[in-house]
Amino acid sequence: MLAADLLVAQNIGFGIIALLMVVGALRVVTVNNVVHAALWLVVVLSGAAAQYLLLSAEFVAITQVLVYVGAVMVLFLFGTMLTRARIGAENDLNNKNWKIAIPVSLLMLGVMSWVIVDGFRDEKLIENPGEMSQVPIQLISDDIFGPYLLPFWALSFVLLVAVIGAIVLARKD
Amino acid sequence: MNAALLAADLPYWAQALLRVLGGVVAVLLPAGTIVYVFLFKMMSFMQSRLGPMEAGPYGSMQLFAEVGKWLQKEDITPERADRFIFKIAPLVVLVSTFLLVAVVPFGPDAWFTNFEAGVFYMLAVSSVSVLGILIAGWASANKYSLLGGLRAAGQLIAYELPMVLAVIGVIIQAGTMNLQDIVLAQNAGSMFGWDGLGNPYILTQFVGFIIFMIAVQAELTQTPFDMPIAESELVSGYMTEYSGFRFLTFFIAEFATAGVFSLIASVLFLGGWGIPFAWFGWDTMDSVDNWMNVVGPLIMVTKMMLLSFIIMWVRFSYPRFREDQLQRFAWKVLVPVSLVNIMITAILKVAF
Repeated sequence: MLAADLLVAQNIGFGIIALLMVVGALRVVTVNNVVHAALWLVVVLSGAAAQYLLLSAEFVAITQVLVYVGAVMVLFLFGTMLTRARIGAENDLNNKNWKIAIPVSLLMLGVMSWVIVDGFRDEKLIENPGEMSQVPIQLISDDIFGPYLLPFWALSFVLLVAVIGAIVLARKD
Repeated sequence: MNAALLAADLPYWAQALLRVLGGVVAVLLPAGTIVYVFLFKMMSFMQSRLGPMEAGPYGSMQLFAEVGKWLQKEDITPERADRFIFKIAPLVVLVSTFLLVAVVPFGPDAWFTNFEAGVFYMLAVSSVSVLGILIAGWASANKYSLLGGLRAAGQLIAYELPMVLAVIGVIIQAGTMNLQDIVLAQNAGSMFGWDGLGNPYILTQFVGFIIFMIAVQAELTQTPFDMPIAESELVSGYMTEYSGFRFLTFFIAEFATAGVFSLIASVLFLGGWGIPFAWFGWDTMDSVDNWMNVVGPLIMVTKMMLLSFIIMWVRFSYPRFREDQLQRFAWKVLVPVSLVNIMITAILKVAF
């Protein structure tokens, strides 16, 4: 049973990408150069996008690339390069409280795993989705702008407030 | 013979191989054509000279000579550079181009992938090249390169936004994000009940088209927007330290991306591979005759040449923007105009 499951191409793909993501995530915190850490983070985030694709959630995958790889990481690199990005190793990157982070992240891992396992129980993706493999974008938008319109508005207002706040902070006059 | 038959006959690896080969052709052929026809010949004629004439008839073999020259040159890495990142940066830029061409449809069955969210994918993938440019500038260990990389990132972020907003008008009008369906909507559509020309969105979305082409010009860092690679002040910016085939990679990526963006613009605004379906009595995708799989790519190439001609024409004609003018133009002109365009399109869509 287990062996048959493991032979599925998706499982192999998942394993390889997951391994890459774990290595990448560890390198983000252990590497001693800010830009290298940011680039390892790019690996982790693109890995997440690839996992979404394996789950045939292409819209989420593309959003992940657009928002995180294309915008957030570029801004992040832009910011570090403007200020303090040196080439070569830096020794003062580790915060002295780094040991506290280990139990916290393990706790997060436990909580997330429990929530996911408990939330899905025995539900499984359709094994051979065929035509269903591409969720029509119209369905997603109908959901967002139908039953979830109010949370969407609330989020938009939060973002608007953040934008106005950024402008107020950036203006010197 | 359509793609379904073809897919049934060929094993997966053969299909994948064919797609990769097709992708390489679709990236390199436009790049070579644009460089020879526009960069070598058209620029020379605009400057009252002949351009390359020695290699082959009318210098048509000049490209091979250039590629041979670049491949021979030594692959130099600056001593203080971040070696690994310095070396992969051009490849990141080129990969972004290859990913872009994957969604472009060339005919009713001639496509690499038929993504449901094709337009969205295109916008997401085109922003990956910024990453390559940024790390290329940083890893060179050269202040001019770093400045060029930072300018490029600032500019590409600023012009990404009008590009996305300009495309939204097309999405609203077509009612889909699938590039194939956008082609269908334009060629099977009609303007005020007259279907003699279909409904190419360059007519109904003219403002969107202009904004899109300006944003493309900026994304490609072609001349009015070439602040990041300004050779007179930054010595080619993030490309300063690159030599040999890594410079060639940047060069190919630049012109291949120009070609691919022209292809995408022709899909979004000029009707893509299609000719108005009313001419032949087609009305759906399935009723399109199979010879369109051969003629479609040719139509696409024609439209690509037209659009990249405009890109190059503008490039050779205008002096460059100053950094502040460039940012102001994006945020204070293009973004508001495209927002108004979206609003008007949405209102008209609901009204009609």
